[in-house]
Amino acid sequence: MEKFILPGILIFIAAFIVYTYNRLVGLRNMADTAWANIDTLLQKRFDLVPNLVNTVKGYMEHEREVMENITRARTAWLNAQTIQESAGADQAAAGALKTLFAVAENYPQLKANENFLLLQEELTGLENKLAYSRQRYNRTVMVFNMVIQRVPTNLIARLFRFVHYQYFAVESDQARQVPGIDLQGGERR
Amino acid sequence: MIPVLGHIAANKRRTFFLFFLFALLFGAVGYFFGLYIGEAVVGLVLAGLIFLILILISYYAGQGVVTAMAGAHPADRNREPYLYNIVEALSIAAGRPVPRIYIIETGVPNAFAAGRNPKHAVIGVTRGLLNRLNRLELEGVIAHEMAHINNYDVLLATVAIVMAGTVVFLSDAVRRILWFGGGRRGSRRDGGGQAQLIALIILIILAILAPLFAQLLKFAISRQREFLADATAAEFTGYPEGLATALEKITQSQLPNSPIDNKALQGLYIVNPALGARGAERVTTLFSTHPSTAERVKRLREM
Repeated sequence: MEKFILPGILIFIAAFIVYTYNRLVGLRNMADTAWANIDTLLQKRFDLVPNLVNTVKGYMEHEREVMENITRARTAWLNAQTIQESAGADQAAAGALKTLFAVAENYPQLKANENFLLLQEELTGLENKLAYSRQRYNRTVMVFNMVIQRVPTNLIARLFRFVHYQYFAVESDQARQVPGIDLQGGERR
Repeated sequence: MIPVLGHIAANKRRTFFLFFLFALLFGAVGYFFGLYIGEAVVGLVLAGLIFLILILISYYAGQGVVTAMAGAHPADRNREPYLYNIVEALSIAAGRPVPRIYIIETGVPNAFAAGRNPKHAVIGVTRGLLNRLNRLELEGVIAHEMAHINNYDVLLATVAIVMAGTVVFLSDAVRRILWFGGGRRGSRRDGGGQAQLIALIILIILAILAPLFAQLLKFAISRQREFLADATAAEFTGYPEGLATALEKITQSQLPNSPIDNKALQGLYIVNPALGARGAERVTTLFSTHPSTAERVKRLREM
């Protein structure tokens, strides 16, 4: 009887490690998928930017600053290395687009442009989708981070080098100062 | 999240129970019909075959049957970018695949969802809904339908609708056969009385069961699940007020004899289309499929 105790304990520990490892991989994949989702949507949005600039250019000669802000945000996003930088570019673009659509109200000819209306709908739609995917990503990251910090999962996490994920949020003060961040389609809590 | 998971399991259980109930019903009818034509086994086999086909139809083609019954047509991505964007956004919020989108061409605002699981689901909205609600309200309504899909409410509702619809149709057909066969039977002398008696029994059973199943259908689409879907929708959008004002607008705009007021489908819509005939906001009875809009709006505003 006694000779079964040690193997029994070993099997139990092995089973626990396998179970925990698989669970962590599952959670990490969920976070990665959520991140890929945000990235795709951001890509789609910034792909529409040159198109938008071209459509609007002829109508809004005096609003050069707004257009520059959008283009700058696109460049910032293309050069972004970290999640924070991506988030910063995302917020800057969201703010600039919101300003542009607000300003567009003063240009009846632009509002009558079929192409512009379509772009506006697409971009508003993307803004909404982004809001939901940010929310989803941050929730998955919260769960993942919580799980890898808990005892005894944290031991397994450390053993296999699961590191915590960063939230999709802006940390630097500079990015926070972009005007008009509080957009309608954003987080509405 | 845990009550929702329990709710999903309960919905799957209830669907099996529903299949079982209908199997019993078909068995009984088949048996009596078999006795009537003189060979009980033939009746049972016939009923079994019909039931098998019915299971396959209600499970695999249920959403097609429902959209056809509702008179809906598929929405075109290029023509309805607004609707598509909103449905796609809410599928992201729910973490589910994008359902197929249908439109019913009527001015009365309403919406429904059907399907057997989140991968095979449809959302249908009326033209009136698109025209009368603003973006945030429409998001609330679509979130409510996504919640039904997410919670597997659609599975039970779709199966119940197809099954109950067939029972009503078949009971009608059997009644016609009895009527026709009864005339022929008059010329034969032997066993005429007994067969006549059995026919009578079947008729009575069907006359009792068909409306009973209509009731069962209504209870299956219970009031509790509407509250749960409203709450889940509010969680998806983070903005309960959108759904609250949408519910008020939809309730006020239901018309008597509206084209979407189909008895079999009433329970499927976000707001019961029959409200139009009864006058909006009448007292909810024990048998109503939906809680009163006032109560739903109150709960949403308290969130």
